[in-house]
Amino acid sequence: MISKTINLTLKVWRQNREEKKGRLENYHAKDISVDMSFLEMIDVVNEDLTKNRKEPIAFDHDCREGICGMCGAVINGRVHGHEKETTLCQLHMRHFSDGDTIVIEPWRSRAFPLIKDLVVDRSALDRIIAAGGYISVNTGGAPDANGLPIAREVAETAFNAAACIGCGACVAACPNASAMLFVSAKVSHLALLPQGRPEAAKRVQAMVRLMDECGFGNCSNETECEAECPKGISILNIAWLNREFLKAEFS
Amino acid sequence: MNWFIAFLGSSIGKKLMMALTGLCFCLFLSIHLIGNLTLYGGKAMFLSYVEHLHALGPLISVAEFGLLTFAIIHVSTGLILFWQNLQARPIRYKVSKRAGGRTIGSSTMPYTGVLILIFIVIHLLNFHFIDHSRQTVFQAMNYTFSALPYVIFYTSAVIVVAIHVSHGFWSLFQTLGANHTKYMPAIKGLGIILSVIFAAGFGFIPVYVGFIM
Ligand code: HEM
Ligand code: SF4
Ligand code: FES
Repeated sequence: MISKTINLTLKVWRQNREEKKGRLENYHAKDISVDMSFLEMIDVVNEDLTKNRKEPIAFDHDCREGICGMCGAVINGRVHGHEKETTLCQLHMRHFSDGDTIVIEPWRSRAFPLIKDLVVDRSALDRIIAAGGYISVNTGGAPDANGLPIAREVAETAFNAAACIGCGACVAACPNASAMLFVSAKVSHLALLPQGRPEAAKRVQAMVRLMDECGFGNCSNETECEAECPKGISILNIAWLNREFLKAEFS
Repeated sequence: MNWFIAFLGSSIGKKLMMALTGLCFCLFLSIHLIGNLTLYGGKAMFLSYVEHLHALGPLISVAEFGLLTFAIIHVSTGLILFWQNLQARPIRYKVSKRAGGRTIGSSTMPYTGVLILIFIVIHLLNFHFIDHSRQTVFQAMNYTFSALPYVIFYTSAVIVVAIHVSHGFWSLFQTLGANHTKYMPAIKGLGIILSVIFAAGFGFIPVYVGFIM
């Protein structure tokens, strides 16, 4: 069966490593199957560019199944596109119509310097994790599976927070370019579980301090992050982060 | 002491200052509104309220000093946050759409804030920094609201306050860490009710004094 195809006009942010300023450039995406993902659509355009000896559009990707957190761009003003709880690699072209013009821009944040075209440097998120987003487990025998009982609801809530893939969409979507949703997901994920408690206070202080140093904005509770997060991370986590931080600072 | 200064300088510390001072302003506005409602009881009742209020003497000075301090904290921290948040995205999006999180209130906090500040200055000039030996507050009010532009200005200003509070109220609970699936809908509802009460309660007074009384 031959699937339906559409033609699109793309306006893509192009900026070389050396360039201080970039610009939107026009491309035609012809005969795009609606079964393709957004990234496959860019692949097709890039094939074409390469054949014509032009520089292909640089974009980040890896798993292409919504679990690695590498992909992401702002599509017509919406982070990871307009579909709810989808990463860009999972956004399908059937959500677009023939003749559409699609503006594609990279994540915009002072803390995410642009590398090339749609690729930005998100290592600030890694540095925040390195500051405290872990538990220190010294080697020894594997613990007994039922040695640490955890209530089902607690485990579920921690797991929901752990679903964060570190894509940075929350930063991109936030009107203030704040990283609070990401940091809160990491803090909650560990602080909710008994293994994370011993280091909870130190962790939240270190992670918030580093987040501030990286040049992210401040949270104004605009809740755009929650609306755009591909993993549906709740702003409840931000409230818990605030609480953990206040507790840690005042004790 | 150093840890405290560092805490206040952190992003969450600054937000905490906004939340606590904002909460105090919401409480103040509620008390201020209850007092002003004595107007509907007539001139005698209103003047007796003013007299009782002023009879509190030093308590009033303490409250005024507190409010002024909180105002300085709220305004300066608010402006710092606004500035830092602009800096955090040096290159803006060419196309930017909302995903459904932002509201009129949340997207205009710094702007409504500055408008409120201008309003408060004018309001104090009209009713506070006047020669109280030559006129009662009631006379000053009658005089001010006999001019239509003032009626429009005051009523619009309290609507701006209401817009600020419509986001500010629930936001302050979120900042304090008091978000709970069970209670947040009620807190959000209360914030909207509070802003409507502020807008209607304060907003109607100039109209009442200027045209009806
Ligand atoms: C009637 C007076 C006022 C009331 C009741 C009030 C109340 C509040 C409340 C409750 C918040 C939420 C705090 C939070 O999110 O934790 C807030 C935030 C804010 N206020 Fe006010 N405020 C008033 C006057 C002002 C003034 C005069 C300014 C002047 C610039 C201002 C600027 C701001 C800003 C910028 C924020 C947002 C801070 C942020 O989340 O980044 N406010 N206000
Ligand atoms: S909280 Fe959501 S949007 Fe932010 S980094 Fe994690 S998965 Fe991405
Ligand atoms: S490429 Fe892995 S989440 Fe999109």
